[in-house]
This record gives sequence, C-alpha cells and structure tokens, in this order.
Amino acid sequence: MNPAIEIRGVSKRFRLYHEKYTSLKERVIHAGHVPYEEFWALKDIEADIDSGKTIGILGRNGSGKSTLLKCLAGILQPTSGDVVIRGQLAAMLELGAGFQPELSGRDNVYLNASLLGFTKKDIDKRFDDIVAFAELEKFIDNQVKYYSSGMYVRLGFAVAVNVDPDVLLVDEVLAVGDERFQRKCMERVQEFQRDGRTIVVVSHSPDMMRQTCDRVMVIDRGELITFSPPGEAIRAFRDRLVDSGFEPNDDVGETLKDGVSSSIFNIKKRVVQIENITFSYPGMEDRNYIVTGEPLEVRVMLKVSETILGASFNLTLISENGGILFTSDAGTSISGLTLESGDRVLSFRFENVPLLDGRFGVNIDIRDTGGVVLDISEQSAYFEVMNPGRAVGVVAMPLSINVSAPDSSPIWQLAQ
Amino acid sequence: MITDELIKNNRMVDGELPARVVSAKTTLIKRLIGIWQARELLLFLIRKELKVKYKGSILGFLWSMLNPAIVLGVYYVVFKYFLKSAIPDFALFLFSGLIVWNFFSAALQGSASSVVGAAGIVKKVSFPREVLPLAQVGTALFFFCLQSLVLIMFLAGFQFAPAWSYLPLVLFGLIDLVILAAGIGIFLSALNVSLRDIEHLIQVLLQAWFWGAPIIYSYNTVYDLFLRHPSVKWLATVYLADPITPIILAFQRALYGHVTYVSLNPVAKVVSGHLTYVNQKVTNIVLATYPYHFLAELLVIVLFAAIAIFIGAVKYFGNVEGNFAEEL
Repeated sequence: MNPAIEIRGVSKRFRLYHEKYTSLKERVIHAGHVPYEEFWALKDIEADIDSGKTIGILGRNGSGKSTLLKCLAGILQPTSGDVVIRGQLAAMLELGAGFQPELSGRDNVYLNASLLGFTKKDIDKRFDDIVAFAELEKFIDNQVKYYSSGMYVRLGFAVAVNVDPDVLLVDEVLAVGDERFQRKCMERVQEFQRDGRTIVVVSHSPDMMRQTCDRVMVIDRGELITFSPPGEAIRAFRDRLVDSGFEPNDDVGETLKDGVSSSIFNIKKRVVQIENITFSYPGMEDRNYIVTGEPLEVRVMLKVSETILGASFNLTLISENGGILFTSDAGTSISGLTLESGDRVLSFRFENVPLLDGRFGVNIDIRDTGGVVLDISEQSAYFEVMNPGRAVGVVAMPLSINVSAPDSSPIWQLAQ
Repeated sequence: MITDELIKNNRMVDGELPARVVSAKTTLIKRLIGIWQARELLLFLIRKELKVKYKGSILGFLWSMLNPAIVLGVYYVVFKYFLKSAIPDFALFLFSGLIVWNFFSAALQGSASSVVGAAGIVKKVSFPREVLPLAQVGTALFFFCLQSLVLIMFLAGFQFAPAWSYLPLVLFGLIDLVILAAGIGIFLSALNVSLRDIEHLIQVLLQAWFWGAPIIYSYNTVYDLFLRHPSVKWLATVYLADPITPIILAFQRALYGHVTYVSLNPVAKVVSGHLTYVNQKVTNIVLATYPYHFLAELLVIVLFAAIAIFIGAVKYFGNVEGNFAEEL
C-alpha cells in the first residue's frame, strides 16, 4: 500500500520583514535594501503517512505545525522538498472559507465544494446529504449573511466532510457548533476512520490526539521531534515544553513548606537531611519515563546525624498544576520506624502506578513521633509517566464492561 | 540511496489514486493542466461575481448596460456636435470600438485586484489561483456578450448592414482579446500582491491607453499624420504594435464597415479670374484601407503575442504564487 502522504524533505523559509514595503513609492525609496530576517518555519521534515491512518500534528504555538499542514494542503509551497498526496484532498483550515454572504446557502455549497476541488457532478450527488448534515433544509436558499455563526460553520463542515475526500486535513476546527453537532462531527470523523480514509489533524491538545490518532508528529521550532504512537509522542511533546521553559509548577515544594511551616515545620536542628530523591523502575536504563501500570520505587538518600526512634515518613504526589494527587497519611501509615544514624536509603514502592500521562512531583517529609517535621524535600523530584493507551485524564482505572440479559451472569471484558 | 529513490518513484507510478505533488517548482504544463481542471470552479466564480455584483440593486444587470450607454452617449454628443467629428454614423463607429475597450478595461481592472481581494480563500484553500483573475476576465466577457446583443439590436434598428465578409475577423479578434486580457490580467493580479500600487496604476494607464487606441478618432487620422511627417513614419509601426489596435480595427472594419465616405467640401478655385469656393466631392478615408488578409495577418501576430504574454504571465504567477499566502 502506498503511503497516502509522503513528506519529502520539506523546508519552509519565511522572510520576516521589519517593515513591509508594498507600495511603489516605498519600494523606490528603499530600493535594494529591504531589511528582513530569514526564519525557517520548517526544517527538512521527512515522513510517510500511511493510507487509512489518523495522524496528529502536535506542537506549541508557532512551532510550525500549521505551516506543515498548509504545505500538505498546497496553500503554501515548500521552499525545498515536496509533498505527494494520493487521492482527493479536502482541507478544513477554516470552515466555510470563501463563503459569500450575498449568495444563498445553495450557491455557497457549490462554490465552496468546487474550491475544495470537487466536481459539479460530485456535489449534485451529495447536495442533499450536505444540507441534511448541516440541518439547514429550511434555510438553504436564504442568503448566508442571514445565517447565525453556528449555521455558517455547520454548512462549512458539512461541505468538507460530505464530498468524499480520501485525505482530510483538519486544523483544530472540530469544535464547532453546539454539543450535539460536535458529537455528530466526531462520529463523522470516526466513520472516516472506519472507511479507511487518511486524516491529518493539527492541534495543541494532547488529549484530543490521544483519543483519535494512530500516530502523532511532534513539531518543535520547525523540526520533527518524533513521529510515533500518541503516548510516546505526547511525552516527547511534554519534554519539549519543559526544555523550553514551560516548567511544571516549581513552587510546589515551597507551597507545601509554607503550608506546614506555621504549625509544625520548625526544624531547630537538622538531625535528618534529605540528600536526593531518585526513581527506579523497570526499563530505567532505556528511558526516562515510566509506563502506566508499571511499578515504581522512590529512593530517598538520607543523612542521619542522630538515631531517631519512631520516625514517620510521608510521600506526597503532586500533579503538574500543583495539586496534591496523593499523600500517605502522615504519621499513621508508615510510622514507628527507627532511623539509625549514618547514610540511609529510604524507599517507597508503588506496586503499580495508576497514573496516566504527565510529569509528577514527589515530596518527602520526615517527622518525629510528635509530628514535628524533621526534614522536607526542598525541591520536588519529578518522574514522568507515558500512557500508551487511549484513556485521557489523570488516573488509570482498569475498567471492565459487560452487556448481558438481566438474569445471566456477566462475562466481564476488560476495556482497552 | 538510489534504490530508495527508485522505490519511491515506483510507488508514485503504481499509486492507484491520483497523486498530487506540492513542491516549490511546478512545470508550466502542470499549471496549465491545473487551470484546465479548475474550469468548473472558474464558472462558479464567474457566476458568483455576476450574482454578487448586482445583488440587492433594483436595476440589476441593467446597471452593467447603463454605464457603457452613458459613456457612449456622452462621447457621441461631445465628438459629434461639439468637436464636429466628420465620421458618418459616428455612434456606431464609437460603439464598435468601445465594446472592445469596455471588455479589455473591465477585465484588467477586475483582475488586478482579484488575488488581493480574495485573500480570505487564498490563505485557507488550495486551488489554482490563476482562476481568480480568469474569473474577472470571464465576468467581463459576460458583459461583453450583453453589450454585443445591444450592438446587434442597434445594427438592426438602424438597418445597418455590417461588412459580412469581415465578420470572421470579429471572432478571431475576440479570441485574441480574451487571451490577451487573460495574460495581462494574470500578470497584474500576481504583481499586485507584492506591489499594491498596481491596481491604482492600472486605472491611470488604462486612461492613457484608451486615448492611444483608435476608438473615438479614426485610425486613419493618426496614420495620415504619420504619413505627412515622413521622419516619424516609424511611429505608425509602433502605433500598430499596440496589440489592442488591430483588434479594434477588425471590429470596426466588420461592424461599422464604412471605409470611405464622400463629402462635399468647399474647394477654392479660380473661376474666370475670381477666386470662389466650389463644392467638390471629396472621398474621405475613415478606416484603414487594409485588405482582409492584412488585418488577418495582424490578428495572427497579436494572437502569438497574446499567447506569449499568457504563458509568460502564468510562469511569473507560478513563481510568486508560493508567497501569496504569506504576503496577503
């Protein structure tokens, strides 16, 4: 099977003019030296997109993801390299692009579909479907200028998805109309997937990617970082966010400390000192993240200067946005352990990590019998979780499903 | 590496679905094929133009007739009565040249701003952008047809017979005219993206061009002038090199038809020792006395020139098209 889309060494250079001279007078005045900077929005992107797959393009704002989509759509021509697209293409970069307010819905359907590259015969055949899908039977002969914005985008979407493209390019426009229409759109996209059509979606929402895409391209600063299954790709995306200064909340440690300092955080004399926190998990040699459901061991290096009897240890998990996900109940769950002086390794072990995707902070605090905090990890240590599955959210909750007659015993099936 | 490339190329050839390539360089042939394949879109765009243009106006299409009618009327009155143009059936003479010019001028003015005016879709949808200026040419052609109808009624109303044998030249001239307008239009529309002066400049240029073409005055007036001053005879060639002139000449020759007319001019004569004025029959030349084949040859030259301009324009358009979405 041929790939539906071949992206072959595509680069795109933009010229950023400090000031754009578009009039003859300005051209003459500034003849010869129009100052500009070159900016490579895409650098040598190379990828094959298999036919029938749904592909996401993920990236931050300004990463070049929309430029890539425009190159695929043929709106921008790459500076070098080329794109081969097999089959009829429909690009939804803007719904109802080119709609003429003065014309009727009917005329606009024909005009818009023909802009997308479909023949009059195609449109004639599907006209009723388009109108029915947009739910505009009553208004199709009204001028589009009297349409509500919802009606407008509904008609635009209906044209794009009903004219039978082999390859569909979508730019974050799926969220149109009311909830019911959105559901209808998603259904249509799923139908497309079942029909084996190729879909390319651009988004900066990892959740949407995870739910709908087979593979995801991550683009950052014009470069293709990875082209892999959603889980890995989203992790790589998060990595990039962190690298470029989108640090997850760094105040977490501080907040926690602040929260307790007034009452119990009162270290008079450092008898215990947390040196560092490390994580160990299967496969840690190969990758710097754990996979949902894997066991995790948190190892805390301690320097103990005085033996402490009845110490209690507390571990707190912090989500990316700084909220506490989990905390072992201080003083009750793991308490009454003796901490001998010298170097000690304190280990916590999760049998499995039921977390989905993201970067999670770990804070440790150590208290004495009286609940006085002896030390608390100053800086949160982070571990990352990669979720290979489709589920979206924070917690992985294994779920079984059964459908049967009321009197028969259920046969549970584990949902994927 | 080589095998990889071969495999890729084979895949392209074997692909069961039509493959489309987006790349920095497209060939002229591919561009022309692209335009041809978008002919339905072209028709839809023309229809859109026509529908949108006069939507909501009571007179609708009549407006498209009113403007040339008023121009025709004003020129007729001014030149016939104020400036005493000697050309017989002046209105018809004027009409047969003006109809060419109206098309040419509307097509060029429309196309010049066509790409910039459609920024919304150029930035969001992929299609052969050449259809935007072409749609303007098509719209102008529609109005040309409407005006032709009026011209035919005009001829019938005054029971004025065109020069039947020259009528094929009208068709030939029209083909030249459309290709010429399309070529210049495509070029202007692309140039206007990076140099927004073009749409204003073209209006001024069209004004000058209008007076440079034998529409209101007869070609012969100018030609006489050149002949009388042999030192500038070469200007006659330059004048004919204006591609629109042979087309107008062909239209006038076929539709207007008077090559010469006879008038009684007072001529000074010495009759029995006295100087008196005697009315004498004088044959005046209105149109060029060129024979059919010479006009046809001129039109063939214009055709080649028009095709060359068209191809050059499509090439230029293709070279700069990649930047449209960025520059708009």
